[in-house]
Amino acid sequence: MSVPFYVPPEQLTKEKAEFARKGIARGRPLIVLEYSGGILFVAENPSTHLHKVAELYDRIAFCAVGRFSEFENLRQAGVRLADIRGYAYGREDVTSRSIANAYSQTLGQIFVQEFKPYEVELCVAEVGTDDTPNAMYHVVFDGNVFDRKGFLAMGGQSDELNSELQRAYDENMELDAALQLAMRVLPRVAPAGETGNSRLEVAVLERDRPRRSFRRLSQEDVESRAGEPAT
Amino acid sequence: MNNPFEGPKLFSPSFVDALRAYAPELLEVRAAGAGTVPEVPHGTTVAAVRFADGVAMGGDRRATEGMNIAKRDIEKVFPADDFSAVAIAGAAGPAIEMVRLFQTELEHYEKIEGSPLSLEGKANKLGQMVRGNLPLAMQGLVVLPLFCGYDTRRQAGRIFRYDVTGGRWEDADYHATGSGGRDARGSLKKRWRGDMDGDTAVEVLVEALYDAADEDAATGGPDLVRGIFPVVATVTGEGYRRVPDDELRKAAERLVAARAQGEAER
Repeated sequence: MSVPFYVPPEQLTKEKAEFARKGIARGRPLIVLEYSGGILFVAENPSTHLHKVAELYDRIAFCAVGRFSEFENLRQAGVRLADIRGYAYGREDVTSRSIANAYSQTLGQIFVQEFKPYEVELCVAEVGTDDTPNAMYHVVFDGNVFDRKGFLAMGGQSDELNSELQRAYDENMELDAALQLAMRVLPRVAPAGETGNSRLEVAVLERDRPRRSFRRLSQEDVESRAGEPAT
Repeated sequence: MNNPFEGPKLFSPSFVDALRAYAPELLEVRAAGAGTVPEVPHGTTVAAVRFADGVAMGGDRRATEGMNIAKRDIEKVFPADDFSAVAIAGAAGPAIEMVRLFQTELEHYEKIEGSPLSLEGKANKLGQMVRGNLPLAMQGLVVLPLFCGYDTRRQAGRIFRYDVTGGRWEDADYHATGSGGRDARGSLKKRWRGDMDGDTAVEVLVEALYDAADEDAATGGPDLVRGIFPVVATVTGEGYRRVPDDELRKAAERLVAARAQGEAER
């Protein structure tokens, strides 16, 4: 009988984490920004149909970086969880916290049990109402959850992006200013040889929009907003 | 409820399929034994008309329970999604539940697939839900929806009606169903014009519901005392719009005045 080699859990965890981190860092970056009227999502995404940002429920959106097949799977499960819960109870009973928790549990379990961890990092964001604040849950490949405030960059060069954002971010920014900030910092971290002008996928969760507050911004809309002077 | 993150792998964009896989108890309708179903609220007359830019749909506000009025201000017209509307006639409880399931189904498909169902697809899906209700219909809990929407591909309004078996029939111009449906259709037959505008369509609907209430005890007319008017909505290329109550009040008052004058001149 062959005895499998003993690999200490520390080493196993470290190697899996390194593998996942490398995979995620290869992908293009994505930025989430809170602005005065809601939450903005800007992703570098060459595809017009394979989305990185999507609607989960009335005031909740999902965005992810990494391997498409893996996060698309997670996105669909999130939509199902949200819709079943909203149908079984009420629309107000669907919360970003419970969805983020489901993602955390799932990614944690996959990280520990599966041979290959998921190479994804995602964010579940919920836009608040007049008297409730926004929520942004950042869930990483091993199931860890971080409660973010203000801004968040994920994917390739996310460390540089986060420090760039740290410098320029202002929580009272209007949508146009937030979009301009994202479009300003993204090309700065583009790897050498790339122009940094790749197609952007842009969406918002709008605070004042009743019921389904998720909206995608068309390419023309993005261009016209980017052209206007910052307000 | 199973966890959609762990449960069986699902490749369907349908919410009903998701329920079947992860929360089948929410779809379950227990087959009741033999015996009569106790009286439950029933919704009565709903109507839809096509006009130049889309479709309009309306319903009276009365729910009856046998010979009693169960509710004076029930709503029977609902947005199904941004470009379609559904109205219900029949047993109000299962009907409103069917609308909720249908609304979730359309939204779910749109979110999973990234684009909405075609109008034809929505109409078929509703037909499947009506068919699913057949066991309850056999016990007297009939649900008969009327569905209409703006077909963004054909750029025109379309109306669909159903029978209890889930049979789906498209109506080119107008239709009305429920206990006063026949009377409403009689009224619509005289006033419907394919090229009328949205305001006229709303007036035509208000009049058809008035005529239905005139003949059918289970249909409620405009209640000027309490300020209860039919629910009317339009669906055009710009989307679903519920006609505000003050517009309906004006339309109802004009209609009542015209009828009163007609009576006086007889």
